[in-house]
Amino acid sequence: MQGISENSLGWVIRYRTSELLKGWWQPGILLAALIFSIPVLTIASFLLQPSGDVWQHLVDTVLTDYLINSALLTLGVGLGTLSIGVTCAWLTSLCQFPGKKLFIWALLLPLAMPAYIIAYTYTGMFDFAGPVQTLIRDWTGWGYGDYYFPEVRSLGGAIVMLSLVLYPYVYLLARAAFLEQSVCVIEVSRTLGCNAWSSFYRVALPLARPAIVAGLSLALMETLADYGTVSYFGLGVFTTGIFRTWFGLGDSAAAAKLAAILLLFVFTLIVIERWSRNRAQYHHTTNRYRQLPQFQLTGFRALIAFVACLLPLLFGFLLPASQLGLWALDTYTVMVDASFIRLTLNTILLGLSTAVLAVLLALFFAYGKRVLASKLVFASVRVVATGYAVPGTIIAVGVIIPLAWFDNTLDAYMRDQFEISTGLLLSGTLFAVMFAYLVRFLAVSIQSVESGLAKIRLSMDEAARSMGYKPAETLFRIHLPLMKGSVLTALLIVFVDVMKELPATLILRPFNFNTLAVRAFELASDERLADSSTAALMIVAVGLLPVILLSKSIASSRAGS
Amino acid sequence: MTSQLDIENLDVSYGDNQVLRQVSFSLQPGNIGCILGPSGCGKTTVLRAIAGFEPVLGGRILINQVEVSSSIFCIAPEKRDIGMIFQDFALFPHLSVADNIGFGLKTWNVRQQQTRVRELLAITGMLAYGQAYPHQLSGGQQQRVALARAMAPRPGLLLMDEPFSGMDIDLRKQLAREVRNILKQEKLTAILVTHDQHEAFAIADNICVMDEGRIQQQDSGYNLYHQPANRFVANFIGQGVIIPATVESSHSVRTELGCIQGKLPIDSETGTAVDVLIRPDDVIHDDNSSETAIVIDKSFLGADFLYYLRMDSGIEVLCLAPSHHNHKINERIGIRLDVDHLVIFDRI
Amino acid sequence: MHKKFLLIAAMLFAIVISAISGTVTSQSAEVNIYSARKESLIKPLLDQFSAETGIKTNLITASADKLLTRMINEGRNTPADILITVDAGRLFRARQADIFQPIKSQKIEQLVPSNLRDPENYWIGLSQRARVIFYVKDRVNPAQLSTYENLADQQWKHRICIRGSDNIYNQSLVASLIAANGKAATQQWANALVGNMARPPQGGDRDQIKAAAAGQCDIAIANTYYFARMLENKKDPSQSEAAQKMAIFWPNQQGRGAHVNISGAGISKYSRNLDNAHKLLEFLVSPAAQSWYANANYEYPVNPSVKPGGLIASWGTFKADAIDLSKLGELNAEAVKTMDRAGWK
Repeated sequence: MQGISENSLGWVIRYRTSELLKGWWQPGILLAALIFSIPVLTIASFLLQPSGDVWQHLVDTVLTDYLINSALLTLGVGLGTLSIGVTCAWLTSLCQFPGKKLFIWALLLPLAMPAYIIAYTYTGMFDFAGPVQTLIRDWTGWGYGDYYFPEVRSLGGAIVMLSLVLYPYVYLLARAAFLEQSVCVIEVSRTLGCNAWSSFYRVALPLARPAIVAGLSLALMETLADYGTVSYFGLGVFTTGIFRTWFGLGDSAAAAKLAAILLLFVFTLIVIERWSRNRAQYHHTTNRYRQLPQFQLTGFRALIAFVACLLPLLFGFLLPASQLGLWALDTYTVMVDASFIRLTLNTILLGLSTAVLAVLLALFFAYGKRVLASKLVFASVRVVATGYAVPGTIIAVGVIIPLAWFDNTLDAYMRDQFEISTGLLLSGTLFAVMFAYLVRFLAVSIQSVESGLAKIRLSMDEAARSMGYKPAETLFRIHLPLMKGSVLTALLIVFVDVMKELPATLILRPFNFNTLAVRAFELASDERLADSSTAALMIVAVGLLPVILLSKSIASSRAGS
Repeated sequence: MTSQLDIENLDVSYGDNQVLRQVSFSLQPGNIGCILGPSGCGKTTVLRAIAGFEPVLGGRILINQVEVSSSIFCIAPEKRDIGMIFQDFALFPHLSVADNIGFGLKTWNVRQQQTRVRELLAITGMLAYGQAYPHQLSGGQQQRVALARAMAPRPGLLLMDEPFSGMDIDLRKQLAREVRNILKQEKLTAILVTHDQHEAFAIADNICVMDEGRIQQQDSGYNLYHQPANRFVANFIGQGVIIPATVESSHSVRTELGCIQGKLPIDSETGTAVDVLIRPDDVIHDDNSSETAIVIDKSFLGADFLYYLRMDSGIEVLCLAPSHHNHKINERIGIRLDVDHLVIFDRI
Repeated sequence: MHKKFLLIAAMLFAIVISAISGTVTSQSAEVNIYSARKESLIKPLLDQFSAETGIKTNLITASADKLLTRMINEGRNTPADILITVDAGRLFRARQADIFQPIKSQKIEQLVPSNLRDPENYWIGLSQRARVIFYVKDRVNPAQLSTYENLADQQWKHRICIRGSDNIYNQSLVASLIAANGKAATQQWANALVGNMARPPQGGDRDQIKAAAAGQCDIAIANTYYFARMLENKKDPSQSEAAQKMAIFWPNQQGRGAHVNISGAGISKYSRNLDNAHKLLEFLVSPAAQSWYANANYEYPVNPSVKPGGLIASWGTFKADAIDLSKLGELNAEAVKTMDRAGWK
């Protein structure tokens, strides 16, 4: 019965909206999905080109390394983000301990910290030649090899760096899931003899699993797409391998084969994520909400909770931000000028407009999925979401080629027919930059909007309709207020992501157009860490406000409050 | 008197799967109707078709003499002058109780809205909770808000989709009575969909029993119990067994338990093998009776015991006996028949 | 609410579009540059050029490979007039891709020696960068050092710091070794060098010098200007302290000379500001600009008339490898493969 009635709902709404929407919505979604898949498809098409002996060379020498390192990195960051994210989410949603109110939002701060910045910063601090180890040697009189100190620039180091800045994705979604859980299931578990910890492991965690997996897949996709950190640490993973093969060996086909293997990783992640979400498609198990129970922690336990939340905040944000701050104190007088203010504004504007577009598109896709309920639409939305795991540079190249082709073809045609040169209409404009951002970040906004939409039961639509509200009025009176939180979340995450985005901006931007990330990266990669700190700090500062807003929006995302 | 709702030969299908076949019934103003049936019988589909959420393949629906659905025509739900209560209540979590109730009153002026919301809060006993939010309420309270919200615009027809399904039995009974009183007080015409016959009996004036997309019988609760139109209704409503019998005369049949007097179909020929429905209260425990049976199971109902009995021929019957007659399992007890309503089915 | 969103989106769009149109230029007196030199290492010169000539300069910086990809795909409509790279290999590749045109300027031909430009003037060098050996003064006797080839010797086991094989400077160094000694010999050399590394390759050139100074290794391979920048770093005394412990060694002085690469530039085949592009290149090799390279970034000028002063002068003169720089471009892929096979991360 359940199955039938759900199908029928989709069918009915289709029927009802058919006259107006069906005509263009489904083709519109398919078209949009196609457009946003073009960059990935372009890269995939390189697979068809012959790759000569370079591929064999890779197989003989480095491919195994790439596979093992990428797998270890993914696994390590997976474990890291999971343990940090879930622990903090649980503590801040269901336990009472000193400082909790602060941690709730402060734990999101590392989200504003680009991974390559934190990597540069930590290397500067903890490298063999850095101040910390130098101090140790000065005190002890030890030399190289006399003592053990973990190597920052290593696979382990990369895992720690990425985990520290990516755990907020898991934290964010896990916390939202914990807050939404019915009080009953927790109470039931307590009556069945579970204490705080076992009710976490046996009830809350399994229930929140879909959300946790969703957050994890975001973090892992970012990991697979990361280039800045792994290349700085000299790790041979897929992203660095793709670059070497493409640019060092000059073989785009072999590079595309590597990229294809990378995409295979990604598809696996997406399939796991969808599978885990499908298994828990129910919205709310009960209508009865009450204030969530709080496990009051005292004494030693409160201290442990406090430390558990403090550590990720300290290492993911406070420490690197302070280091940046110290550096910036030295250099800001030189670095802050009219052009700096302009590039800050550029960055903010670009981030905002991309975020708004990403959310509008996500609404278009998500409602399409809800209303049309067609397999084709489902599949195409899924394809759009793959861009998130593709490294920015690859996307950028995938954007340059088709856009330039379009421009040049149009130009040639216009010259032939009308003797007018239209030149480059799209290439080298902010349109190209934003297009690349959307290809990369639509996955984030779609995911957030979809999860918001899932909370609005179809019966709420029908209740409003039965009380005399037209579909459009239902949208404004019911959907928008209820979606506010997730729409805001989508806006903010995309905004922060765009702020941090680097490679696509670097290569696609128009003349004289700079962003904070470009400025920070250029200086840092030129080994001028101190000079880059002002821009890096600005990225963090601009990202801070959205992150704080974000935490507010989760706090209010619990139904009804 | 003209009817408030008419459903004529309704056909509905999902793709190739026809879920409603030739469903017809009507409802008088101020009456409370009920569609009763097991899960999957199509009862919810009827309700949704009336609301306009489900397109119609054939037949038509009229609300207050106005055609709202046919195979070629479908008025939007918001223009049908209906109210609906959903199984999950579908209260809007971002609105307070008062705002939820006032949600359908958008065309009323503010003063009228306030008055009406207050009135409904009072009727449903929720005056203290106007500013509360749905998640702060208990299930029963949410149910009352859902009712108040659906009734607020004084719809011509109120549709209720298993509104008590999430509740415990006591609350169900109590709410069903409350809802009936409120509906009668407001003089509303309403249809309830449920799989629970007790709920149907408690609230409805008129019950349609549905199975496999067809209406099996439309009648009062009393008649459904005592004069079921077919085997499905006989089995679905109340308890009982169907045992073989032979037509003895124009007004009696013979069973193993003895002769039953009653009205027979006119064309019944003497000696025809038929089946009769025996309710537990038709079988009387009587120690003096010559007919005996063995107790194979029993359940205590407070005032009564329900005994599961097997006769020597192997036929099993149910017997309702006062609970001071406490017999052990495997004990042999005497029984006799006392049937008020003879219910006969053709042998199949 | 929904309408508000649309309104905000439309407004932002308008602002962004107007922001671009501010930067997309239509004046005639301008020149467009795609530069792999970082903004901070080219913008000051461009500003100086604009001040002198009144010609506006428009700049995009990114890595050479990506700019090259962009230019090739933009084809005849590319807005770029000039592509600046930080190695000869990319210039070679750009010429191969047929996106350059010969530079026609007698002035440039006079100022830039012929081994520092393309035989047919499709590109020219703007500055020279030497990749040499640095040793810890306390622990290494410079008499033991001689050539790049010598670094493969057993005596340097676990004593050498060098960055990863992704780096173009290393790729071109290995390419120069292949050009000089052949594939097989270079492969053996690379294998041995990997065995001599004190740690897996990581970080940038400065990191190698810092690690050596801190005692992790005895020899570092780096470009000279990084060393100079460390020595001259006023803000972070630890950098100059580290550099003070190190000394520079010019390898292969008895043979072909120290490995030198260039940062250079070519003019786009489809340039629409041909005159301005030529003017800019002439400016960049002029004595004023050339001494800026030497003084501000410690690179060696390509214009032989400009003598580097100060710190660089104190290192003395050296013999540079006079290899045809195009050769480095040709051998780049082979160099990468060689390093891959050697397990050079």
